[in-house]
Amino acid sequence: MDCYTANWNPLGDSAFYRKYELYSMDWDLKEELRDCLVAAAPYGGPIALLRNPWRKEKAASVRPVLEIYSASGLPLASLLWKSGPVVSLGWSAEEELLCVQEDGVVLVYGLHGDFRRHFSMGNEVLQNRVLDARIFHTEFGSGVAILTGAHRFTLSANVGDLKLRRMPEVPGLQSAPSCWTTLCQDRVAHILLAVGPDLYLLDHAACSAVTPPGLAPGVSSFLQMAVSFTYRHLALFTDTGYIWMGTASLKEKLCEFNCNIRAPPKQMVWCSRPRSKERAVVVAWERRLMVVGDAPESIQYKQLTIQVLLDRLVLRRLYPLAIQICEYLRLPEVQGVSRILAHWACYKVQQKDVSDEDVARAINQKLGDTPGVSYSDIAARAYGCGRTELAIKLLEYEPRSGEQVPLLLKMKRSKLALSKAIESGDTDLVFTVLLHLKNELNRGDFFMTLRNQPMALSLYRQFCKHQELETLKDLYNQDDNHQELGSFHIRASYAAEERIEGRVAALQSAADAFYKAKNEFAAKATEDQMRLLRLQRRLEDELGGHFVDLSLHDTVTTLVLGGHSKRAEQLARDFRIPDKRLWWLKLTALADLEDWEELEKFSKSKKSPIGYLPFVEICMKQHNKYEAKKYASRVGPEQKVKALLLVGDVAQAADVAIEHRNEAELTLVLSHCTGATDAATADKIQRARAQAQKK
Amino acid sequence: MAFPHRPDAPELPDFSMLKRLARDQLIYLLEQQHEVDKLYKVENKPAVSSSEQLCFLVRPRIKNMRYVASLVNADKLAGRTRKYKVIFSPQKFHACEMVLEEEGVYGDVSCDEWAFSLLPLDVDLLSMELPEFFRDYFLEGDQRWINTVAQALHLLSTLYGPFPNCYGIGRCTKMSYELWRKLEEEEDGETKGRRPEIGHVFLLDRDVDFVTALCSQVVYEGLVDDTFRVKCGSVDFGPEVTSSDRSLKVLLNAEDKVFNEIRNEHFSNVFGFLSQKARNLQAQYDRRRGMDIKQMKNFVSQELKGLKQEHRLLSVHIGACESIMKKKTKQDFQELIKTEHALLEGFNIRESTSYIEEHIDRQVSPIESLRLMCLLSITENGLIPKDYRSLKTQYLQSYGPEHLLTFSNLRRAGLLTEQAPGDTLTAVESKVSKLVTDKAAGKITDAFNSLAKRSNFRAISKKLNLIPRVDGEYDLKVPRDMAYVFSGAYVPLSCRLIEQVLERRSWQGLDEVVRLLNCNELAFTDVTKEDKASSESSRLIMVVFLGGCTFSEISALRFLGREKGYRFIFLTTAVTNSARLMEAMSEVKA
Repeated sequence: MDCYTANWNPLGDSAFYRKYELYSMDWDLKEELRDCLVAAAPYGGPIALLRNPWRKEKAASVRPVLEIYSASGLPLASLLWKSGPVVSLGWSAEEELLCVQEDGVVLVYGLHGDFRRHFSMGNEVLQNRVLDARIFHTEFGSGVAILTGAHRFTLSANVGDLKLRRMPEVPGLQSAPSCWTTLCQDRVAHILLAVGPDLYLLDHAACSAVTPPGLAPGVSSFLQMAVSFTYRHLALFTDTGYIWMGTASLKEKLCEFNCNIRAPPKQMVWCSRPRSKERAVVVAWERRLMVVGDAPESIQYKQLTIQVLLDRLVLRRLYPLAIQICEYLRLPEVQGVSRILAHWACYKVQQKDVSDEDVARAINQKLGDTPGVSYSDIAARAYGCGRTELAIKLLEYEPRSGEQVPLLLKMKRSKLALSKAIESGDTDLVFTVLLHLKNELNRGDFFMTLRNQPMALSLYRQFCKHQELETLKDLYNQDDNHQELGSFHIRASYAAEERIEGRVAALQSAADAFYKAKNEFAAKATEDQMRLLRLQRRLEDELGGHFVDLSLHDTVTTLVLGGHSKRAEQLARDFRIPDKRLWWLKLTALADLEDWEELEKFSKSKKSPIGYLPFVEICMKQHNKYEAKKYASRVGPEQKVKALLLVGDVAQAADVAIEHRNEAELTLVLSHCTGATDAATADKIQRARAQAQKK
Repeated sequence: MAFPHRPDAPELPDFSMLKRLARDQLIYLLEQQHEVDKLYKVENKPAVSSSEQLCFLVRPRIKNMRYVASLVNADKLAGRTRKYKVIFSPQKFHACEMVLEEEGVYGDVSCDEWAFSLLPLDVDLLSMELPEFFRDYFLEGDQRWINTVAQALHLLSTLYGPFPNCYGIGRCTKMSYELWRKLEEEEDGETKGRRPEIGHVFLLDRDVDFVTALCSQVVYEGLVDDTFRVKCGSVDFGPEVTSSDRSLKVLLNAEDKVFNEIRNEHFSNVFGFLSQKARNLQAQYDRRRGMDIKQMKNFVSQELKGLKQEHRLLSVHIGACESIMKKKTKQDFQELIKTEHALLEGFNIRESTSYIEEHIDRQVSPIESLRLMCLLSITENGLIPKDYRSLKTQYLQSYGPEHLLTFSNLRRAGLLTEQAPGDTLTAVESKVSKLVTDKAAGKITDAFNSLAKRSNFRAISKKLNLIPRVDGEYDLKVPRDMAYVFSGAYVPLSCRLIEQVLERRSWQGLDEVVRLLNCNELAFTDVTKEDKASSESSRLIMVVFLGGCTFSEISALRFLGREKGYRFIFLTTAVTNSARLMEAMSEVKA
C-alpha cells in the first residue's frame, strides 16, 4: 500500500505541499524566456511571447516573432513583428493583447493574433520615449500606465474608453524610480513609486510623500514592490533584505520579515490558495524562491461569471460548445445563444475566401430573425474587415432601419442612409444624416438629394426658416418654387427690411416671383401693396400721423377720421375699393366721430349700396336712438321689422310683420316681446296668427 | 341634466399614475441639478438671477435655443461663468443641439430630457399639450412629433395593457400607428399576457374632419373655450365674470360638481339649470331658520362648507354665463350661426357668401372672417374662382397684405382652395355614377381627385347622414343624437366616423366614405382575433386626435357613450377650436 503522504513535503511548521502535474506544456520554445517579453492573461488566459530583439547585443535587422499560446501551451498565433520596438506586453480583461511601443503607440491584437486597433499614449511620448509600462486591471476595465524618458507618468484607466491622464511631476526626480506600480483606490487609479528612501503616491492632482506604518529603519532604497490582484495589499522589498507587507492604503502593517538577502529579487508577487484565508508573497531570485505568509484574513475572490466564461469560449472560437452550455443552463436567448451566434457571424465575415453572397446567406440562414441579434453590429464588423459590399448586404437583414444608419454613414453611403433614416420615422436620425450630407456633398447635389425626399426637405426647411434664411431662398430657387420664393420675399418685406425702399424692393422681387409662378392674383396684390406703401409714406410726410403698415381699409378710415375726406375718396378710387366697403367704412367712421350731420349728408349722397339697416344698427351701437329712428324709416320693407326691433319699437314691428303675413317675422317679434309692456303686442300677434290659420 | 352613465358602463382607468411618473422623473432631473431656488418663465428677456447655475425647462424649439444661447453669450461677455442645463420636454431634437452648436455655446450647456408627454387634464382627457403639432404637421409637413405620439401610445399600453382593437384614418395616424407597433415589437413581451384595460383605440387626423373644428361651439364647455380660452384645463375669468376687479383662475374638470353637470349641455339650457340650482341652494341655506342649537351645530360642521363651495362655483359659472350671453345672444351671433348652418346644409350659398363678404368689409374679426371663408371652401369643395379672388382681395384690404401668406398656407393645408377646373365635372360625374357601378364611378372620382384633393363634404354628409332631418323643433334639453352639440343642425363628422366604425368593428361598408375622404390607403383596422378583453374593458374606448380635438367633439362622444354604454377616453395633441386652427395658419407681423 502506497503511503498517501509520501509525496507531500513540509512547508514551514504546519503546512505541507505537493507537486502535482496537471498537464504538460505543449509548446516548443526555441528561445530562452529570459530574452522574451512575456505576458500571461488573468484567469488562465492565453500567454504572449515576444522575443526581444531590441536588446543591444542583438542585430536589429532580424524581425522578431510574436507568439500566442493557450495556457496549456497550444500555439494560437504566430506573426512577424513589423512595427516598432516594444517596451511591454499585457492582456486586457477582454483578452486583447496590448503591446506598448517605445514611441507610445499601443497596438491591440486579438487572441488569434488579429490586429484590432491602435492608440497613442500622447504626443509627449514621441520625444521622450517610453521607459517602462504596466498594463493593469480595474473594475472598469484594463488600463495602461507608462513612464516616459522625462520621468513623467501618463495613464489611462480604461483603454476601452481612452482618456489620457498625465500625472503631476514628482519633485526632484532626476532618474527613473527604483520601482513603481499602479494602485487602484476609491475607484481611482494611482501610481506608487519609490525614489531612494522615499515613497510617493501620485494621483491626477498631486504628488504626495507616503510612509508605510511600522517600516523598519535604515532603508535607503526600495528594490521591488508588489500589489495584490485586488489592490488591497502591498509588499515592499528593501535594500536591507527586509519585506514589509500591509494594506495598499498604507494604513496598516500586516507583517514584516527579514530574509537577509540583499540582492534585488527578479520577481515578487502575491499569491494565495483558493478559499484559503492565508495570503503570501512569493519572492523569486535567480535560484531561490521564498514564500512569506501572514496571519489569516478573508480575501475576496472574483469568480468568473458565466458570461465571462462564455466570452472566453467565443474568443477561442468554440462556438458549438458555448451554445451547448447556454442550452444546458437554459440561458435566455438574448444573453445566450443569440449572442454567441452573433459572435460566430462576426467571425464568419472575416473569412475572406468566401464570397459576399455566400457569407451573407450563411449568416442569415443560421441567425434568421433570432431575437437579440444585431445585424448592424455584424455588418459593422464586415466593414471593419474592409468588406463594404458584404456589410451592405448584411444591413439588408437588419429589421430596424434606424440601426442601419450609423454604419451606412460611416461607409459614406449617405443617400442610402437618408432613405433608411426616413423609413425609420425618426426625424432626429434624418436630421443627423442631413447634416452629414450637407458637409459631404456640394450644395447643388445636396439640394438635389433633398428634392427627392419630401420629408427630409420639410425638416430641413423648418430648420432653415429659423436659422438659415439665405439657404431657404436658395432651396426655393433650386426647385424653381416661385410661389414659395414670392412668399419668402413678402415675409422679408416686413420682417427683414426697415427702410421703405428696401421693403418696396422686396415686394418687387415677390411680385416677379409670383408672375413666374403664374399666380397673377398674388402678383397684382403685391403690386398694390407696393403702391400703398409708397403712398402711406407720402401721407405721413404730408399729413403727419401714422399710416405705414395699415391695411388699405384702415388707411382710408384714418383719413376719414382725420377729416381728409377728399384724400379718402381719391384713395378709394385709386385702389378700386368696392362701394359696399366704402359705405360701411364711412358709416362706421362718421358714427365713431359722432358727426351725425355729416353722416346724414353722406346717407343722402346717393342710394346706399348696403341699404339703411346698417345705419340703424351702427347708430344704436353708439346709443343714438334718435338718429337710428331717422334711418329706420328709410329701411326697405324686407328689413323693416328688424330695423324697428333694433330701435325698440316692438308694437310697430308687430304691425309691419302682421301686414307682411310673414311667419318668421312674427316669431322674431314675438321673441322680443318681453315683460308686461309688450303683452298687448304679443296678443295681437297671436290673434293675427290664429286668423291666418283660419284662412 | 347631466345624464347618468348606464350602470354597466366601465370604470375609467386611473390616469393619476401618469402624473406621478412625470413628477418623479422631473424631481430626479432637478435634484441632479442640486437646489432649485427660483422658477422663472422662459421669456425673451435677460434672466435676473445671481444663481451659479441656470436650468431651463423648455419645449424643443429653435426659438428657445436661441434664447438660451443669447443668455449664455451675454454671461460670457460679462465675464461670468455659471453652469447651464437645458431639460427638453418631451424630448430633445437634434436640430436644437445644432443651434446651440452654431451659436457657440454647445460646450457650455448640458442637456437632459423629461419624457412628459401626457398631461391628464381630466378623468377622461389626456393632452399632449402640443398645439404646434397642428401647424408643424398639417402645414409644414414636419413629422418630428410622430415619434412623440408613438412614445405616448407606448407608455399607455405599457401602463394599461395592450390595445386589442385599433382603427385609424389619416396619413399621420398611419405613420404614428406603425411607429408605435415597431416600438411594441422591439420591446416584445412587456405587455404580453396582460389583460387589456382599453378595449378599442381609434386614431384620426384632424384633416379628416376640418369642418367640425371650424364650427362655432354651443355646448357650454366649448363655448367657454371659444369665449375665454381654456388653457391646460383652466380658465382665467376676467372682471366681467367675477364682477370684482380681480381675475379668477378656475380649474375646469369633473371635480367641479357644478361644471360637471353643465359642461356637455347646449348653452340654451345652462342658464335655466343654474338658476334652478341657485334656488335649491338658497332653500338649503334657508333651512337654518328654525333650527335649534344642536341642529345648527350639525349644519355648520357638516353641510355649510359644501354649500359654500357650491355657492362659489355657482356664482362663477353664472357670471361666465352672463358674460357669454352678452356676447353670444345678440343678433350678430344668431346670424352667424344661421350662416354656418346654411353652409353645412349647402343651401343659400350666394347669401352666405355675401354675409361673409360683409363680415370682412366690416372688419368684424380677422380670425372669424377667415374661419367662415374656410368653412365655405370646405363645404363647397373649394370656392368658385370669382369668389376666391374677390374674398381674398377684400380680406387683404381689410386686414393687411401679409395675409397673402396666410392664404398660401390655407391653400397648402387644403382649408381654403379654389375649385379646380375639373370640379365643374362634378355634375357629369354624378350622372356617370348613376349609370355605371359604384366601383367605376370611384375610379373616375379618383382621377378627378388626382387633380386636386377635394373635401367632398357634401357627398360625405349625405352618405353618413350628418344633417339630421328634423320634424318640428329639435329638443335640445333631451338630445336624440350627437347633433345636439351643434343645435341639432349637424352631427360632427369625426364622431360619426367613430360611431360607425365601432358599430362595425371595422371600416367594412365604409369604403365609399373613406374614398371620399381621400384616405384610400390610409384607413386601417387591426383587430385581435382572440380578444381577451373583458366585456367591461371592451366598452372602454380611447379616441386619439392628431392635430387637436374640440370640446364639442368630446361632448358628442360622451353623449354617444351614455347612449351605448361605452366610456370614451380622449387623447389629443392639444384641445383646439376654430380660432386656434385659424391662428395656426395665419401669418402675423412679428
